[in-house]
Amino acid sequence: MAIEVRIPTILRTYTGGAKEVTSAVAAEGGSNLSALIDSLEADHPGIKDRLVEAKDSGIELRRFINVYVNDEDVRFIGSLDAELSDGDQVVILPAVAGGAA
Amino acid sequence: MVRYDSLLASVGNTPLVGLPRLSAPFNTGTGPQIRIWAKLEDRNPTGSIKDRPALKMVEQAEKEGTLRPGCTILEPTSGNTGIPIAMAAKLKGDRTVFVMPENTSEERRQLLRMWGAEIVSSPAAGGSNEAVRVAKKIAAEHPDWVMLYQYGNDANALAHEEGTGPEILADLPSITHFVAGLGTTGTLMGVSRFFRAAKPEVRIVAAEPRYGELVYGLRNLDEGFVPELYDAELIDGRFSVGPRDAVRRVRELLELEGIFAGISTGAILHAALGQAAKALKSGEDADIAFVVADGGWKYLSTGAYEGTVDEAEEKLEGQLWA
Repeated sequence: MAIEVRIPTILRTYTGGAKEVTSAVAAEGGSNLSALIDSLEADHPGIKDRLVEAKDSGIELRRFINVYVNDEDVRFIGSLDAELSDGDQVVILPAVAGGAA
Repeated sequence: MVRYDSLLASVGNTPLVGLPRLSAPFNTGTGPQIRIWAKLEDRNPTGSIKDRPALKMVEQAEKEGTLRPGCTILEPTSGNTGIPIAMAAKLKGDRTVFVMPENTSEERRQLLRMWGAEIVSSPAAGGSNEAVRVAKKIAAEHPDWVMLYQYGNDANALAHEEGTGPEILADLPSITHFVAGLGTTGTLMGVSRFFRAAKPEVRIVAAEPRYGELVYGLRNLDEGFVPELYDAELIDGRFSVGPRDAVRRVRELLELEGIFAGISTGAILHAALGQAAKALKSGEDADIAFVVADGGWKYLSTGAYEGTVDEAEEKLEGQLWA
């Protein structure tokens, strides 16, 4: 299945400047954000290391990276295990001090 | 009781109003009962929810002795927290210096100047992250100035734990969801701490504005920023809302319910309606309270309230609209 991923300015050095990339992830057995990141890494080597880091015994999203699936922050829907379906929109953004502060 | 000793004492106790027309599509007659409620925070002394944390932070700093009459208060702000700080400082005889991203609306700058504030502009690229960075640098150069630092000041969240949360529960004992904007995270952290103790089944939902690319244009990822106040355990869902949905919803709120709100409220309403749709799907009754953070007055010049939604979206590109 094909997932559209929006890439923030700061990571476009890995995508040849592309704002948005389409990533093909295998749909068999259910697909998740981890699989998507591996697929991104295959197409754009180096990007994975900017998105995730080793922590304790596994890997985690980096602190200043936010990922949204259909506008929902993945940290509340399973983080790297967040499930993906065909046609989902994935947005990657650096964390900023937002809001009407 | 609506009599107060002074303007400063009149903060909080804002109305919670039902939104029958916006709620109607979620009530099919045979399905669950779903009601959406607006907490009108524009009814605070300077017209926004920021009056609560700002006045609490000032009060706390005075109590601790760090803030004394004649002091200089420094704060990074998109303007909304600055406005009540400037108002209180004017009454107390303090000087204020605010670091504001240059892509904030002119109305906020004018209001701040009226209350006697000095404004230091920080670069548009990087948005509020840059304002925080510049303010921290200035603070280091002026150790005698007082930075209240809303992103890490416990009094910010405490104002909501003691005020906003209890007020909502008293008015709506059947509340199931609370939805607010995510900036300093103070509103969500404070209200959540209150509900986690008083009514833990209430779901706490964050609506985060998604700006144009300029705001996320950091030099490197280590410049990213998560407010010190933020504790992800205290929220149950977090949604990113772009300018298009925010504008669409802020106009709907005016059209259907007569409420003229700021653009960030459109983003919050969008997330609240998402929760209503989920409740309908799962067949559960819901009483969803969301925050109207301020009125639309300070954002008229942004172009959000006129023309087509496409035109408004285009005008908001690059602006810190929330």
